[in-house]
Amino acid sequence: MEQIYNYSLIIVLAPLIGAIIAGLFGGSIGRKGAHSVTIVGVAIAFILSAIVFKGVVIDKVGTLNQTVYTWLVSEGIRFEVGFLIDELTAMMMVVVTFVSLMVHLYTIGYMSHDEENWPAGSKAGSNSYQRFFSYISLFTFSMLMLVMANNFMQLFFGWEAVGLVSYLLIGFWSVRESAVYANLKAFLVNRVGDFGFLLGIAAVLMTFNSLDYADVFGAATLHKDATISIFPGSEWSLMTVIGILLFIGAMGKSAQVPLHVWLPDSMEGPTPISALIHAATMVTAGIFMVARMSPLYELSETALSFILVIGAITALFMGFLGLIQHDIKRVVAYSTLSQLGYMTVALGASAYAAGVFHLMTHAFFKALLFLGAGSVIIAMHHKQDMREMGGLRKYMPITWITSLIGSLALIGTPFFAGFYSKDSIIMAVGASSNPAAGFAYAAVVAGVFITALYSFRMYFMVFHGEERMDHHTKEHLHETPWVVTVPLVLLAIPSVVIGAIYVMDMPFGDFFGSAIYVAAEHDVLAEVGKGVHGWFGMALHGFMTLPFWLAAGGVFTAWMLHRKGLDIAVVMQQRLGFIYKILDNKYWADEVYANIFAAGGRGIGSGLWKVGDVALIDGVMVNGSARVVGMLSGLIRQVQNGLLYRYAFAMVFGLLLLFGLFLFR
Amino acid sequence: MIPLSYYLTVGAILFGISMAGIFINRKNIIILLMCIELMLLAVNINFIAFSHYMGDIAGQVFVFFILTVAAAEAAIGLAILVVLFRNKRTINVDDLDTLKG
Repeated sequence: MEQIYNYSLIIVLAPLIGAIIAGLFGGSIGRKGAHSVTIVGVAIAFILSAIVFKGVVIDKVGTLNQTVYTWLVSEGIRFEVGFLIDELTAMMMVVVTFVSLMVHLYTIGYMSHDEENWPAGSKAGSNSYQRFFSYISLFTFSMLMLVMANNFMQLFFGWEAVGLVSYLLIGFWSVRESAVYANLKAFLVNRVGDFGFLLGIAAVLMTFNSLDYADVFGAATLHKDATISIFPGSEWSLMTVIGILLFIGAMGKSAQVPLHVWLPDSMEGPTPISALIHAATMVTAGIFMVARMSPLYELSETALSFILVIGAITALFMGFLGLIQHDIKRVVAYSTLSQLGYMTVALGASAYAAGVFHLMTHAFFKALLFLGAGSVIIAMHHKQDMREMGGLRKYMPITWITSLIGSLALIGTPFFAGFYSKDSIIMAVGASSNPAAGFAYAAVVAGVFITALYSFRMYFMVFHGEERMDHHTKEHLHETPWVVTVPLVLLAIPSVVIGAIYVMDMPFGDFFGSAIYVAAEHDVLAEVGKGVHGWFGMALHGFMTLPFWLAAGGVFTAWMLHRKGLDIAVVMQQRLGFIYKILDNKYWADEVYANIFAAGGRGIGSGLWKVGDVALIDGVMVNGSARVVGMLSGLIRQVQNGLLYRYAFAMVFGLLLLFGLFLFR
Repeated sequence: MIPLSYYLTVGAILFGISMAGIFINRKNIIILLMCIELMLLAVNINFIAFSHYMGDIAGQVFVFFILTVAAAEAAIGLAILVVLFRNKRTINVDDLDTLKG
């Protein structure tokens, strides 16, 4: 136990130290120094995480729940930094550090010519390489703080820190206007979610008078039937309010409808961080958080239904948008949104373990797909439009194979990792008795077809068919260097096998122990698990289920269209102009936000500025008081005119007045 | 025997003339000085009248002092006036408003 505690400290601090060294001394240690120090830091974190994982999950030494540092104590409420290392945390730590390590390695290749992205002689561009490494190491630190937290304050710290790093990295190429717009958008949309999250934490603090997980979860059932009156005259279930408020935070961070708009735009950042932050780890923080809060969510059917509906909408409707994108990264981004919807659906159906299981498999295969897309982008000289690609299979065999594996895992081909996690989600939703489960089931099943269609549209467009790139690009086309391909291969391995290894433990077994709590009447996974007989049996059975045939249908449709040389986006534009218009405008979500919320916010702001600041404070209070003084003194100076006879007159007049007063009193 | 009130009336008339001179005069600062002297003389007449009436010599002693001081004051005032005229080239009372706020 003592050992695990010491390891935990090192796991958290190693990436932080790396980030500080690379960030502050990047100029003097150079590129090689910066990537060495951060990679060593993350590698240490990964190895120790693996050891901790072995200790906690395999050897079952128990749960570590220890305070590291007490920041302050206020009226009995302790604000602390502490670690809670249980099965859930250990799994997250391994996933985060592993993907982060892969991304660190990959970045050496991806960012090697980064100076080309900056204007010549720009100061920010001179050590952008070191800065990038510093940021991703800082991200690793923040994410580890988030998952290892044993209290809400540290959770919130990690939550905001990953948001900050995400902001820094989306706008990494700060000379591009679109990147600056995208990072501002991400930050603002996340603020909306974080506002709900903060209110949720405040509600927790108000109810339980503690921020410690153990205290809160232990006392949760006492408040099962408590109500709160937010508006006078209406009683709300306290647990529903807390659950929904916290989930609003998750909606922002995990990009659920309607706070999803920032994620596609976040693709403005360099591809490695799209893989690490905006696909594999940070965006899953919301999923992790809800799973961690399972003792609270289990007490509110309403909050679970809310989660279920939001997740189902995200899973299906964001998938549609992936169909018509031409930017390779945006296809993967919408796929990420859709998969996050799947995880959320699992949470809503009380199948937390399945959601977290999908989080894990998704982290591997989506990081793989993103890094594969990045590898293609490197080869294409930073062109991202799929219409200019095609036939890359011959030139980039490793990228091709690994991307194919990633796509197969994503669509849920039996035996691949994605199949196990996605199928357990679909089965769990099918078995759920939640009132919203019917809708969610239809959405996730339909989503399977859409997923297969857009994934393989992308796959065929990029790796097969005629070579549409220009002559110059074609001449230089070759496989990317080993620092890029090795992470691809290392990520491809878990994308294939991790599902089969953990399917019987994680969703259907007792992997998470006491880390995740499911009420007996909600325990859909146990019910579904009765019908699952081993990983091999599940995969074989998978061939006979509807989702498999839908996925196969999706791939087949993509292939048919590809063979005829048709692109689904073009076909839809011609045949289904109306639907294409809806999808092309992304359901007008951006427009609604820009024109109503952003413009409204600006309107209120400029109104307050013009009325409140300029007119009231400046006009009335500051300049107004000066003007009043001026007016009064203008009156008084009439008296002091410097003419003797006036003074004398005033004197005599005053004297007479005094006498008069004296006489006629 | 001329009664006291006659003297006091003369004094009051002199005082009123001098005060009117101060108020009404806008042109010449010398007239202003003269008015002040006249005012002092009005006061002196009062002093002497009361001194005689009360049979107390102190009032007359006061008058000597006041006359002396008034003479000195007139000398200094005229000297200042000369300097003022040299600097400003005017003795017009309306133009002398340097005390204006």
